[in-house]
Amino acid sequence: MSDPIIKIEGMNKWFGDFQVLKDVNLSVEKNKKIVVCGPSGSGKSTLIRCINRLEEHQKGSIIVDGKELSENTKDIEKIRAEVGMVFQQFNLFPHLSILDNCTLAPIWVKKMPKKEAEELAMKQLKQVQIVDQANKFPGQLSGGQQQRCAIARALCMEPKIMLFDEPTSALDPEMIKEVLDAMVNLAKAGMTMIVVTHEMGFAKEVADEVIFMDEGMIVEKAETKEFFANPKSDRTKLFLSQIL
Amino acid sequence: MKKLNFLKPDIDNLNIYLYSGASLIFLAILDVFLGSFFKISIFSFLPNFLSFLFPLIIGTIGLHLIRIEFSGVKNLDLINENFNTNNFNAILSLLIIFIIIKVTPETLSWFILDANISGDTKEACTGSGACWTYIKVWMRRFMYGMYPNELQWRVNVAFLILIALAFVGYLPSEKLKKFLTLYYVIIYPIIAFILIYYLISGGAFGLEWVETGAWGGLSLTFIVSFFCLIFCFPVGMFLALGRRSQLPTLKYISIGFIEFWRGVPLITVLFMSSVMFPMFLPEDFFMDKLVRVIIAISLFEAAYVAEVIRGGLQALPKGQYDAAKSLGMGYWKMHIFVILPQALKLVIPGIANTFLALVKDTPLIFVVGLLEITGMLGLAKTNPKWLGFAMEGYVFAAIIFWIICYAMSKYSYNLELKYKTER
Repeated sequence: MSDPIIKIEGMNKWFGDFQVLKDVNLSVEKNKKIVVCGPSGSGKSTLIRCINRLEEHQKGSIIVDGKELSENTKDIEKIRAEVGMVFQQFNLFPHLSILDNCTLAPIWVKKMPKKEAEELAMKQLKQVQIVDQANKFPGQLSGGQQQRCAIARALCMEPKIMLFDEPTSALDPEMIKEVLDAMVNLAKAGMTMIVVTHEMGFAKEVADEVIFMDEGMIVEKAETKEFFANPKSDRTKLFLSQIL
Repeated sequence: MKKLNFLKPDIDNLNIYLYSGASLIFLAILDVFLGSFFKISIFSFLPNFLSFLFPLIIGTIGLHLIRIEFSGVKNLDLINENFNTNNFNAILSLLIIFIIIKVTPETLSWFILDANISGDTKEACTGSGACWTYIKVWMRRFMYGMYPNELQWRVNVAFLILIALAFVGYLPSEKLKKFLTLYYVIIYPIIAFILIYYLISGGAFGLEWVETGAWGGLSLTFIVSFFCLIFCFPVGMFLALGRRSQLPTLKYISIGFIEFWRGVPLITVLFMSSVMFPMFLPEDFFMDKLVRVIIAISLFEAAYVAEVIRGGLQALPKGQYDAAKSLGMGYWKMHIFVILPQALKLVIPGIANTFLALVKDTPLIFVVGLLEITGMLGLAKTNPKWLGFAMEGYVFAAIIFWIICYAMSKYSYNLELKYKTER
């Protein structure tokens, strides 16, 4: 067993008086795919936003790739460069073309030569099958295409871990599949992934482990087959019966 | 053939309605036209108050008659859609046309027909219209202030070079394009400063020194506006970022600065810059009055620019910050490449507004004894040889300011279109 790439111990987080995360413990090994599910407001998004410190935790520790997340900003930027993130609302930069969206961070954060960055971007765009849209602007693309571009943009930083925050929730049903396909391909290529999603089909297909969260706590954590076949807690059973 | 119903014109008798309506409208406009140009009234046989309103009444009836939807006649449809959608709009349209016709003769006669421009003394102005001779005689003063006549070529050369250099942006190849921002933001202002310092101010290279107190007129308006615009923008941008900063010291200093400058009138700021400020300086330290004024106006306007830009920053969705951060960008990279380009684009109209206000605020520098175009105007109108021509002067200044400001607003509108992207 190798050392876990993400190790969260006793993490607590409050928004004001409201405690969003209660004593969360989680360790993720390299190349594992974790799916996080649960009702809205259960803290799933906050959990993965804590992993690249878009949210700060108040108690406990988070260690990503051997570095503990702390107030030291320089470290944070290094860690964030290694952790890719895909958002529910895509969050592409509307003033830049698709290609520039992908090359911006490699050029300015990783100091990659422009030509090399463009080659890498075209490779990643090809992977998600929007290479012919490279010179368009985000506003001219469909939601599914935008989300695939967002995946390519994150991959251009060559991250060690990819976080997905409900990547298909803002999409039309028809476009969900194209985004999920891109994610399945990525999983098959061996990326370490943490995915917050309600797509149970996706969980069954690629996840190694499924985590069920409710009210800021991890209620159940099990291997995928076990999770769907024999859920242990009543809360999980109820959730599964409603969602499946 | 359908029966004629003048209350409800329809397409079947199109020509009858069209000709009767058009002749009524023509009659109405003709009456107003003759009345205002030749003092002839066609309807003078009517009682006084009726003859006054009659053009409006028959014009409205005429417009009612030609209001036929989908007539198939292109121009008629155009008129109906744009001026004649209902009776109320018809009356408004007619009133506007009448007012334009009414004021045309007076305006024409004042500006051109009865105006004088020949000669170079007050006595040459014999007509009842404007005395453009006054503007002509004082032109050099309005343009260059008290700048010595024989040296004015220096101002012209400096401005011509600056205008030529401003167009550099349209020349270079793709390769040099990326240096354009650097050029406009840093190199161009430095060139401008050097040019103005050595060419207009003089004192070196065998050029006679001209003190800034002698500068004036439109050229001073340009100099003050130009440098204030250039300085207030970056200062305002940093203040806006400072106000949103996480660091409390920076944040409260920015808030304090912005609220201080927004809270005081420009005229007091200018007064203090020239009277109070030197008291705090060491004896042998000298800072030119014009420089002090430019700094004062820049800081004053920077506070306004800061709030405009802050509005743009707040309008951006939080996701843009999240996305930039998640890609490993630090504060400056995030702002330079992601946040500011979008925020500044959003606030182009607001910035243009502030800049227009700045240009129109420059006349206030008269309180410290610097006379730009309106200041020179004030001087000229109190000259004993030229009393009584304030009107011409202010109209002239208004036209000049309008041209400058309209050009700026047009430019900002073009910028908006150029950087428009879909969300």
